[in-house]
Order: sequence, then C-alpha cells, then structure tokens
Amino acid sequence: MTHKAFQGEALSWSVREGSIELVLHREPGNEIGSLSLRELEIFAEALAVIARETHALIIYSDIPAGFCAGADLRELYERSQKMEKAAALAGVRDFLERIHRVMNTIDAAPLTTIAAVHGVTFGGGLELALVCDLMIADKMTRFCFPELRLGLIPGFGGIPRLKRDLGNGVVRDILLTGRSLNATKAQAVGLVSQVVAEGEALRIARVTAAQVGKFDRRTSIAAKKFIKPIPYHELKQEIDIFCELFAQPAVEQGLRKFTESTEAQPYLP
Amino acid sequence: MHTIDQTLNEILTLTAKHFKVPREKLTPDDDFFKTLGIDSLQALDLLTRLENHFRVELPDYELQGVSDFRTLAGRIQARL
Repeated sequence: MTHKAFQGEALSWSVREGSIELVLHREPGNEIGSLSLRELEIFAEALAVIARETHALIIYSDIPAGFCAGADLRELYERSQKMEKAAALAGVRDFLERIHRVMNTIDAAPLTTIAAVHGVTFGGGLELALVCDLMIADKMTRFCFPELRLGLIPGFGGIPRLKRDLGNGVVRDILLTGRSLNATKAQAVGLVSQVVAEGEALRIARVTAAQVGKFDRRTSIAAKKFIKPIPYHELKQEIDIFCELFAQPAVEQGLRKFTESTEAQPYLP
Repeated sequence: MHTIDQTLNEILTLTAKHFKVPREKLTPDDDFFKTLGIDSLQALDLLTRLENHFRVELPDYELQGVSDFRTLAGRIQARL
C-alpha cells in the first residue's frame, strides 16, 4: 500500500488533481463499526503524509442510500450482549476514543476538507461531515441526530462540533426533537455551504477543491487554525456523558428494538 | 394559495412520477407504503421531494403513523 491510494472493504481513497478523495462504500448505509473504524484509522495515519502533497480532501459516498447512516448499532448491540456490562462499557469507551482521534485528525488536517453529501446523513455520518471545513449537499440530503431516541447523545463529536458551527437554538432543535432536516433548511441554519442538484455534490466538491487549490497553502492553513478551533475539552466530556448514558437500561432496550426491527433502514424516525 | 384538493393532486402527481406508476392508479386514501411497496427510507426520500416541491418544512415526527395521501396532504396544507 502506498499512502496515496487504498482500497478497503468499507472505504477507499486516492489522489486526484491535488485532492484526496475518500469514498465510503460499505453497504447498506456506510454504518461505522469496527471495520470502518480500522480503515478510518489507516486513513488518518496516511493523511499526515499525503496532506503534504495535496491541498484538499473530499469525503463522499457511492452508496445510493446516502452519505452515512451513522454508527453500526447492530454491531454495537450484538457485541455488548456477548460481554459483561463492565467489559461492554470499556469496549464502547475504547471505540469512542479511537473514533475521536480519527475525527480530530481530519478536523485539524492542514488542507481544506469538504464533505460531499447526499441522502441519509445521520448520526455518526453527520458527525463525520461536521469535521469537514465545508459541506456540499445534494438537495435530497437529509440530516439527523436520532441518538436521543435510543437514550443516548451523539458520541463521535457531534454536539461540540454542532455548537461550534451553529446557533444554540438550532442545536437544541436538532438534538432534542431528533427530527431530520432537508438540505435547504440545513443551508439556512448554516450547516451546509452549498446545496446542489441531485447527483451533483461530488462534481461541485471537485470544482470547489480546485478553487481552494489556487490559494497559498500556508495562508489557508493559518486561516483554518484561526477560524476552526477544535473543542477538545467538550469532546472529552462528550465521551464521558455518552458512557454514563450507555450504562442505563433504557439504552439496551432501545438498541434491542432497533436491531429487531424488520425495516430495511431502521435509522429513521 | 393552494386548496387541499390542489395539494393532494400535486402530491399524487409527483409521487406517480417519482415512483414511475400510472397517476390513475393512485387514490387519496391509498396506503402509500402498501401501494408503492416502499420502506421508510423511500418514504423519507418522498418527504424530501415534497418539502422541496412545496417549499415547506415538515418535521418527520408529524408524519408518524401517517400512511395515506389524504392525511399527508393535510399535514402539508397546514404549513403552506
């Protein structure tokens, strides 16, 4: 494997015209479980090297259902059921600390990062998009943090990053109602920078990446550091709160209901 | 200002076009999950198309338990 290209089971990346393109391709909905996490960790490690020779990163999905449906809750539930409660909780904390390291690495990457999203962009998928500097959304994109329905809060850095980017009233609306937003609304509240026609998000992301490539790299890096501080303290707090909530019996019930659902895509409200 | 009948008609036309079914096969009291054979993901896709078409925002919790076009039209009409 060279750092410049990788073909994994859940994701792949390559360099195209000075931009890294990270594509998610794990059916059915790019759920982030242990496999995706391992491959994201490989990516985060490679990023330190490829970022020196590139000016942008585009993250997108080639799964028709959408960008990413969030954490792999089936895997989470099934693994937890096979363990003692304390071991399951330790496993959850370890997973969260690892995914946070990946998210923080992408968030702080010394290049301009763009999430080109479409369809279902829920939970952990929205959290992955939120680490990026810019979000370009197909007009059929749907954003949601459904975690409260399961008795949890987002665990991959969602609340601190949502608070960084949006007004507190909007954050409360999204989290406390668990409702999904369309791309137009997401743009109106400042989550999305551009809304584009169906199927056009990747193309427009490439055009945008080419534009940012015209600027002096050092200036872009300095500006990004100034504009986009990483809320490390709150991110750590989020892991603690998530783990406290995960220990509650209501979560197990919620996860069981989710995994026993016969719906093809039981992430939905 | 749309009347409820206009809203309903536009929903049926848009749905027929998107799911490639003859418009005359859809009636206001059809259960769209059954008639169209769609799952909740496709229903969410339909919701997004309707929001874009009518330029309204329809929180998905308002649609819990809604499965027929007539009730759906009423929910949309309340936000026009």
